[in-house]
Formats: sequence, C-alpha cells, structure tokens
Amino acid sequence: MSTHSDKYIQRYNAQERLNHWVTAITFILLILSGFALFHPALFWLTNLFGGGPWTRILHPYIGVVMFVSFSGLALRFWHHNILSKNDVQWLKQIPDVIQNHEDKLPEVDRYNAGQKLLFWTMIATIPTLFVTGIIIWQPWFTPFFPRNLDRFAVLMHALCAFVMSTGIIVHVYAAIWVKGTLRAMIRGTVERAWVKKHHPGWYKRIVEGNDH
Amino acid sequence: MALQSLDIWRRSATTTPSPSQREPIEVAKLIDVTKCIGCKACQSACQEWNDVREEVGVNIGSYQNPHDLTANSWTLMRFAEIEENGHLEWLIRKDGCMHCADPGCLKACPSPGAIIQYKNGIVDFAEENCIGCGYCIKGCPFNIPRLSKEDSKVYKCTLCSDRVAVGLEPACIKACPTQALVFGSKEDMKDHAAERIAELKERGFENAGLYDPQGVGGTHVMYVLHHADKPELYNELPRDPHINPMVAVWKGITKPLALMAMAGAVLGGFFHYIGIGPNEVEEDEEEEKA
Ligand code: HEM
Ligand code: SF4
Ligand code: SF4
Repeated sequence: MSTHSDKYIQRYNAQERLNHWVTAITFILLILSGFALFHPALFWLTNLFGGGPWTRILHPYIGVVMFVSFSGLALRFWHHNILSKNDVQWLKQIPDVIQNHEDKLPEVDRYNAGQKLLFWTMIATIPTLFVTGIIIWQPWFTPFFPRNLDRFAVLMHALCAFVMSTGIIVHVYAAIWVKGTLRAMIRGTVERAWVKKHHPGWYKRIVEGNDH
Repeated sequence: MALQSLDIWRRSATTTPSPSQREPIEVAKLIDVTKCIGCKACQSACQEWNDVREEVGVNIGSYQNPHDLTANSWTLMRFAEIEENGHLEWLIRKDGCMHCADPGCLKACPSPGAIIQYKNGIVDFAEENCIGCGYCIKGCPFNIPRLSKEDSKVYKCTLCSDRVAVGLEPACIKACPTQALVFGSKEDMKDHAAERIAELKERGFENAGLYDPQGVGGTHVMYVLHHADKPELYNELPRDPHINPMVAVWKGITKPLALMAMAGAVLGGFFHYIGIGPNEVEEDEEEEKA
C-alpha cells in the first residue's frame, strides 16, 4: 500500500482522500443548512439553498449521505485512534502543544491525542445526529414518535451539532496551523521532515517497515 | 394569514421589535362547557368561513368527528363519558388553539414571521413564511398545530383574525345557538365567566371555575368548567400547562451562548496564528534528513 519516496511519505491513498472529502463537503453543507435554523441571526443562510423550505427539505438527505460516508472513514481509521499512555501525557502538556514546544512532548505516533479525541467525539456525535435527525425528519418520520422523544431529539441534535461544529473548527484550524498537513489530504503525501517532527513514533515504524 | 398590520406584539425568529404602534384591546373567546350541547355548529361555521372541508370519516362509537384535529379541522368537539359523584356525565369540550400569552409554538419556530402574535392576543400562523419543519408542534403544550400533507405548512385556529381585524366576532361565536361561546375583551370575558361560575356553584357545582392557565401566561381562549379542579376529565385538558422544559432549554439562552462559543473558537484560532504562529518544519530540520 505505501509508496514512500526519498522526499515524501504516503499518508492517505486516493480512496481515503475521496472518502474524506465527500464527508467534509457534505458536513459543511450540513453546518450551513442546519445552522440556518439554529438561530434567527443565521436564517439568511437559507438563501444558499433556495430558501427556507428547500433548506428544510435538503438538510436531512445530505445528512444521510454524510453519515454513510463518515461510516466508511470510521471503519478505515478507528484502529489508528486507540489512546495510549503517551497520549495522556500529551494532553497534560496542552500548553506546550499550543506554544509549538513540540520537542518537549512525548513521542507521537500516526495521530496525536488531539486528533484521536476528535475522532472519538465524531464517533459519539455523528450517529447521534443521524438517529435524532431521523426522529425530527418532517414529514416522513416525526409522526411515528412520541412528542417528548421528538422534543428530546431536537435538543440533542442541536447539542451534538454544536459540539461537532466546534470540533470541526479546531480540526480545520489545526490543518492550517501545522504547515504541510493539508497536503496529506490533498495529494496524499507529506514530507519526511514533517513526519519526523510531528509523528516521530510513526516515522520509526515506517523505517522498520511496519507502518500500518 | 396576515393582513398589513400595525399591532404586532412579536413574530417568530425575529430579534428586533415588530410594527406595534396601534393599541388594540386584548380579546378573548370564552367557551362555557356547561352550556354546550355538542351540536357542532361552531365546527361547521369554522370550515365554512375558512373554506376548508374535512374528509368524510368513519364512526367509532362516539359523536367525535373527525377523531382528531387536522390541517382542515381547526376546532373539534371532544366528547368524554365519565363517572363523577356516582353518576354518568357527558362532557363536551370544544378543542382548538388556546392563543397563549406565552406561545410555545412561536418560541420554537425558526422561520422569521411564520408565527405572529398580535397585541390583541391572537396567535396566527403566516403560512407563506412556514418552512414545514414542525418545530411549532414540539413547542405547543396543547397539541394543536397540524402539518398539512398537501403543502407541508401548519394550520390551526386563527381566532378568525381576519374577521376580528375588521370588527366582527369569530365565525364559531356567531354560529353557537346556546351562547356557550362568547367573544369580547379579555376583561369582559372574565367578568362574564365569574357570573356564570357563581350560578353554577349555586346549582351545586362547587368546583366550577375558569380555565385561564397561568403557566402559559394566561390564554385568549378560556373555558368555564364544572370541574375546574379536574381539567383532565375533559379529554385530557392539561392541568397546569407549561412550555416543556426541553423546549425551553433548546430555545433559551443556550443558543446564543453556543454561537458565541463557536465564534470564540474561530477568533481563538485567528489570534493563535497571529500571536504564536504556525508550527513549521524549520529549514535545518529539512536538511538534516538528507
Ligand atoms: C447525520 C444525519 C443528519 C440528519 C438525518 C439530520 C436531520 C435534520 C433534521 C430533519 C433537522 C430539522 C430541520 C430540518 O428539517 O432541516 C435538522 C436540524 C438541524 N441539523 Fe441536522 N441532520 C443530520 C446531521 C447534521 C449535522 C452533521 C449537523 C452539523 C454539525 C446538523 C446540524 C443541524 C442543526 C444545527 C439543525 C437545527 C437544529 C435547531 O434548530 O435546533 N445536522 N437536522
Ligand atoms: S412548521 Fe412552520 S410555523 Fe411551525 S415552526 Fe416550522 S416554520 Fe414555524
Ligand atoms: S395553543 Fe399551541 S398553537 Fe395555540 S398559541 Fe398556544 S402554543 Fe401556539
């Protein structure tokens, strides 16, 4: 699978990148159409989808596509995201992380603890968004559920959407902050120096030839 | 159904004041359940005035027809056979929107101006602004709004806002043969109710009373009940209706806080980039590897 060169390390293959971007694009469409209904200050976002009724109609269908696509990502990547002892130490040193004192941090493998936590946050919230989204889906499904479950579902949907969107803001910023990261998801490769600096544990395994 | 109007108290999903220069009096419909004979003249008058028709249904052993409120039936006589004080009582209640002073439907609605509360107390849906999300149904403590299968808009009693706006009484009031339905200023309706309740008490209904639930700020449709201590006898009329706490949390202070937190995350990122800067592979680190 891995095709490493002198300069570059393969991090994601074409299928993984495609899967990531289908998820990312549908996710952004969901944020835009969902938050249009979240608060009056954002209702203008319905204009992007052809008005209020169209926003209401489209959002859940996009949600189903996102959920299916995300399930693919989760199946591909879950085993890289098991938390280790190093990760606990890493989290205790968040101030060093923020101040770019990477040399003081414990050795990071393929993903750092922040990336792993975001992964598990997604694992918790996206299926919840899916299930609660089905319950509040008018006119198809809502009439089949008791009123108080419907009320609970919309509350949980809004809560999970908030948690997930805040997580995605951090995720996107991290890709801007740590230079050379974006290319991993665009071209599939990263520079060797990038891997040594940010993922030394993974680099060691690559050199040993057991990088997956 | 909205007319050009200068007496709007508030509109759904709107954070600035509404046109509210005019000062109309607060109105109310009083439904005297103890005088109702269940003839359904009001139900027919409602359909006639509003040009909606119910499908012909089936009989399930009760006079109640249709069996529930629908997008075409905005008011419905609900019949209950109960035993109270050792004898059978046939309780008939005209169900429909209560025109709450603190309407859960309006609180829940995400679409600007889809739900309007006039200063006279009428809560009206402006269907042309409705997006069909059904949030008002979650918000209502009385289970009133109905989503139409035909156009995915919600419908309910308008308290004949179109008639009231030009000085007429609602169609149901006009049709009632026993004056179980009366309409006027909320103050007058309370006075009228007090007289009726005194009469009922004289006749032995010692728990007679007015239903004007304060949990929703009072309503602009009120009932005179013979058993005001047990409103649930009348086909589950809620004893102490409130906007459900889950709706209150969902639509309360939490949303502006969530928006601020998200804006804070974006700003935090921006200032981190400006203040501390990106995490880059240094030139020498790059050469080192060669
Ligand atoms: C996973 C599948 C999803 C489904 C089936 C779904 C479905 C729904 C439905 C039916 C609604 C009700 C309003 C409407 O019809 O537009 C809604 C509202 C909303 N959705 Fe989703 N959704 C999903 C995922 C998401 C995601 C990933 C986000 C963003 C992170 C999101 C954010 C929102 C927001 C903010 C609202 C408005 C809630 C409120 O006003 O309180 N949804 N969704
Ligand atoms: S269904 Fe219509 S009136 Fe009801 S909350 Fe949604 S937009 Fe508002
Ligand atoms: S009874 Fe329901 S629909 Fe009518 S005003 Fe109150 S909350 Fe709104």
